[in-house]
Amino acid sequence: MVVIALSLGAGWTLLSRVPSTAANSGAQPASPRQGFAAPDFTLDLLGGGKVTLSDLRGKPIVVNLWASWCPPCRAEMPAIEKVYQDYKDLGLVVLGVNTTNQDSEADAATFVRQYGLTFPIPLDRDGSVSVRYALRGLPTTFFIDRKGVIRSVVVGGPMSEAVIRSNVEDLLKETP
Amino acid sequence: MYPYLRLGPFLLQLPLLALLVGVWIGSALAEKEAVRLKLPSATINNLVFIVIIAGIVGARLAYAARYLSVYLANPLSLFALNFNTMAGFDGVLIGLVFAALYGWRKKLPLRPTLDALAPGLAAFMVALSLAHTLSGDAFGAPANLPWSIYLWNEYRHPSQVYETLAALAVLFVAYKKPFGQVGNGTNFLLVVALLSAARIFLEAFRGDSLILLGGFRAAQVIGLIVLAITLYTLRIWTQTGIPTTTKSESDFFKQT
Repeated sequence: MVVIALSLGAGWTLLSRVPSTAANSGAQPASPRQGFAAPDFTLDLLGGGKVTLSDLRGKPIVVNLWASWCPPCRAEMPAIEKVYQDYKDLGLVVLGVNTTNQDSEADAATFVRQYGLTFPIPLDRDGSVSVRYALRGLPTTFFIDRKGVIRSVVVGGPMSEAVIRSNVEDLLKETP
Repeated sequence: MYPYLRLGPFLLQLPLLALLVGVWIGSALAEKEAVRLKLPSATINNLVFIVIIAGIVGARLAYAARYLSVYLANPLSLFALNFNTMAGFDGVLIGLVFAALYGWRKKLPLRPTLDALAPGLAAFMVALSLAHTLSGDAFGAPANLPWSIYLWNEYRHPSQVYETLAALAVLFVAYKKPFGQVGNGTNFLLVVALLSAARIFLEAFRGDSLILLGGFRAAQVIGLIVLAITLYTLRIWTQTGIPTTTKSESDFFKQT
């Protein structure tokens, strides 16, 4: 009985192997969750210019969705800025996507000045990025690797500096 | 999939709530079974509590150890309410080690104690599968079947539903106790063997498996090893079906 059970288990394990051409971790479609390709977007930047996520392929990216009225967003922003300053020379990109559809550009600009933020602030005026990223609560942060795959998602906040730093270090460890 | 529920300013994590309910029901079942097996229910409750606390603390410390410089610079981050910064596997191991130490210190008889925990473990696995259903984790491989579900931009196997059904079946077996209620550890081994067998079978329908060399799925390989150890031990224990087999266990029953 033991031998039969183990033989069946071993046989099924052998039969259900994943073919080398279809390793299931790299072939996931775009979806806002860990292990999937980050959904692409193009947004206007606060202060002028545009940014397209897919143009940044090859660099580790932190996408933080925030609003100026959100207390945890306020609480975690200094830590994000600090980590950005420490790692930007190593190629880290931070996009602080303002959910402008539920905020205002004037309030966002005041917030950026108040906290001395130096990373780009894309403006999600029509809420399309919030929808594409299935935003359920503010802030939400996506850690995206050099291949454009989401490695970690943190919903809610505030994130501590250690949370941000440990996730960023993981992204930077991967070879370009 | 309903991973979050907004309650005013709070964002309630429903999968976490499902796990908490699982722990609560699991510990209640373990307590009930402990009474039936004439074990001190308060000690069994403490054992469950220690597994959870040591597991959570251990998971956070193990994670912090990997990023030591980061946490030394920000030690208060150890207390952050964030489940992304937990080393889950390490936490399980640490929880089990502390449980073993506690059981040894309290001279709990191994085999009756394991049997007391069996229905609780089965109930927790049902809660875990429900947590996966709520979060969308442990998702299935793409498949075009009449019962496929649309999840993460593709039609997939409803792997969370398979997992829930399997866990409910194991809970039913744990409740029925086909080996009787002698407390010789065989009910626990049966539950673990069935859970391992279910993992081996159902992992084939998952879309997020960790793949080893040669295309083998890690969960199936680990499941096979656990199944082999469990079945071998089950064979020996059913042949020596005595509830108290060691001196410490005999002493314990004499005391109680």
